[in-house]
Amino acid sequence: MSASPIDSFAAHLKQETHDSVYKSTKATHEKRTKVLFDHFPDANRLREIAGEIKQHVIENLDTFLPAVEEKLRANGVQVHWAPDAEAANQAVLAIMRKRNATKIVKAKTMVSEETELAHFLEKNGVECLETDLGEFIVQIDHDHPSHIVRPIIHKSRREVAVSFEKNGLGAYNDDPNVITQRARVFLRQKYLEADVGLTGANFVVAESGRLVLVTNEGNSRFCLAATRCHIAMVGIEKILPRDRDLALLLNLLARSATAQQLTVYTEFITGPRQPTQPDGPDEMHVIFVDNGRIDVLATECRDILRCIRCGACLNVCPVYRQASGHAYRSVYPGPVGAVLSPLLAKEKFSTLADLPKASSLCGACQEVCPVNIPIPDLLLRLRDKNKRAHGPSSGTPPMGAWSVLASQPAAWKAAMALGGAINHVPRILMPGPLRKWEDYRTLPPWRGGKFRQWMKNRPAPKGKS
Amino acid sequence: MNARDDMLTRVKAALAMLPERAKLPDWDSELAVARKLVEHRDPFDDFAERIKFANAMVMTDLAAVAAFLKNGGWLRGYCDPVLKPQFAAAFGPEFSLETEFDRTRVDDFAFGITRAAGGIAETGTIILNDTLTSRRLGALTPWVHIAVLPRSQILRTMTDAVLAFGTDPNVIWVTGPSKTADIEGILIEGVHGPGVQIALVL
Repeated sequence: MSASPIDSFAAHLKQETHDSVYKSTKATHEKRTKVLFDHFPDANRLREIAGEIKQHVIENLDTFLPAVEEKLRANGVQVHWAPDAEAANQAVLAIMRKRNATKIVKAKTMVSEETELAHFLEKNGVECLETDLGEFIVQIDHDHPSHIVRPIIHKSRREVAVSFEKNGLGAYNDDPNVITQRARVFLRQKYLEADVGLTGANFVVAESGRLVLVTNEGNSRFCLAATRCHIAMVGIEKILPRDRDLALLLNLLARSATAQQLTVYTEFITGPRQPTQPDGPDEMHVIFVDNGRIDVLATECRDILRCIRCGACLNVCPVYRQASGHAYRSVYPGPVGAVLSPLLAKEKFSTLADLPKASSLCGACQEVCPVNIPIPDLLLRLRDKNKRAHGPSSGTPPMGAWSVLASQPAAWKAAMALGGAINHVPRILMPGPLRKWEDYRTLPPWRGGKFRQWMKNRPAPKGKS
Repeated sequence: MNARDDMLTRVKAALAMLPERAKLPDWDSELAVARKLVEHRDPFDDFAERIKFANAMVMTDLAAVAAFLKNGGWLRGYCDPVLKPQFAAAFGPEFSLETEFDRTRVDDFAFGITRAAGGIAETGTIILNDTLTSRRLGALTPWVHIAVLPRSQILRTMTDAVLAFGTDPNVIWVTGPSKTADIEGILIEGVHGPGVQIALVL
């Protein structure tokens, strides 16, 4: 029996990383609660309505997808369909080749993390640059994001300063202001040289074909001001039915993600630039990506497709706070990742089957979720799925001995009497499995048999002889 | 079968097993208004108060803008040709207002002056669009952006602003200067866009 991978990651997390992840997730969570509940008398009702809207969308994707496609086409947008990561990446490459384009700047999009787009394009001779500050640092470090909204929550400013120096972006300086200004100077030349700007979409409205992007840094604005071609890579579940639903979802998204009333830049795009506008794309593409989503839609865990990627469940989760994002070994960490990542992994489900178990089922993730996803229920469904597929799992002590004792009163009594001995056994002499189990846990002192004793000695109830 | 039809067929099959589909709730738009932030007074007053929360500035006359820019040493910038006569008269000869935005020397433009469609009182948001913005780059790359908007176009709520989208292909809501907290959660302003955001309400 060995510790599950997420436990090992958590156990080997640097103290410095642990402390910074813990502190900043806690602070964001507390601020979020304040701005949400101070501003709205019944914030929970908003979460429920938003959840109902998104549930309606995913349960009616068969009509929403063709409807939104028609709107996009009517708005002058070219629509592509990608069943998997490879197809999505190939679609981007094909658009670039057709334009003889060799440089692309990209804003943060989680779906492009799934498809590993930047890596794919670089392999195919395209210069592909991440422009979100955190994602840019992840890219030059050949690292992976560890949080959906805060990709480098696991890095200290000193580490960032070292990688800037290593990458020729100036002598060592760990002042975040200096680092940010250096990135500003470096990246603006890259935007201006690029042929294509790539973004995701936070929402796509079915009734108008409107793409909505939210960023704080302004990088997606720059991608769409300096280039001539806009490609948006969009998961099929990103749809909202009506424009007016945006007011609700944007209020919830900004507060849940970063405890802001509204993200700094919210862009609403329905097509290529206005003819009178000198800057920006005159060609626009939307790539609808499946990459495992339709399989999730066919399961009892489909509710997870409501997710709007705000990261609130990461910030509140006691497990994420201790383990940090890389412990989840996948694009989506935290409670949402514990559901989504094993499902998106398809036939590799078992390699991530420890994630649904890494939860105390405390329910905080559902309480903060802006679309009210019943994450604890979904985690239980996945535990069940894994159990059915693989039988007893590692990390859980065998229950066989317990069931023998529990069914034979005499054996139980004897065990209770003898069990106290375990308090005096040095760890090194404990049976192998128990010792291993104790690598990451502490066995509480044995107090067995106390109940029987109490029962026997209790005073006789009054009124009876 | 092509990828599109294949994906849609699989979506249909995945949903076929549902006994019934979740209904679309018909919610009251008023619910999504942060009422506490929208008072029964001139929307401009709410706007002026909220915009400070987002760390942007509101000004109401050209002389104040000129004094602010002079004080910061920002004397050369881009100006929407339509606004040029008005600003040139108010700013005086020490300023250089260029109406051509040259993308080979973006850093020469310390400020950018462009027209905005309006504002949102609830959040202190400036509404830009493609029709009124003379250059997307001119409103984005300079350190200081001055958005010129008519007082009559300050809407009360985000919901009002959603209903006012119209047909413009590129509407941008701007709530404060460009910012990041990526490095150790420390707030830094002026990442890729303006470090100073001004709404000039006339």
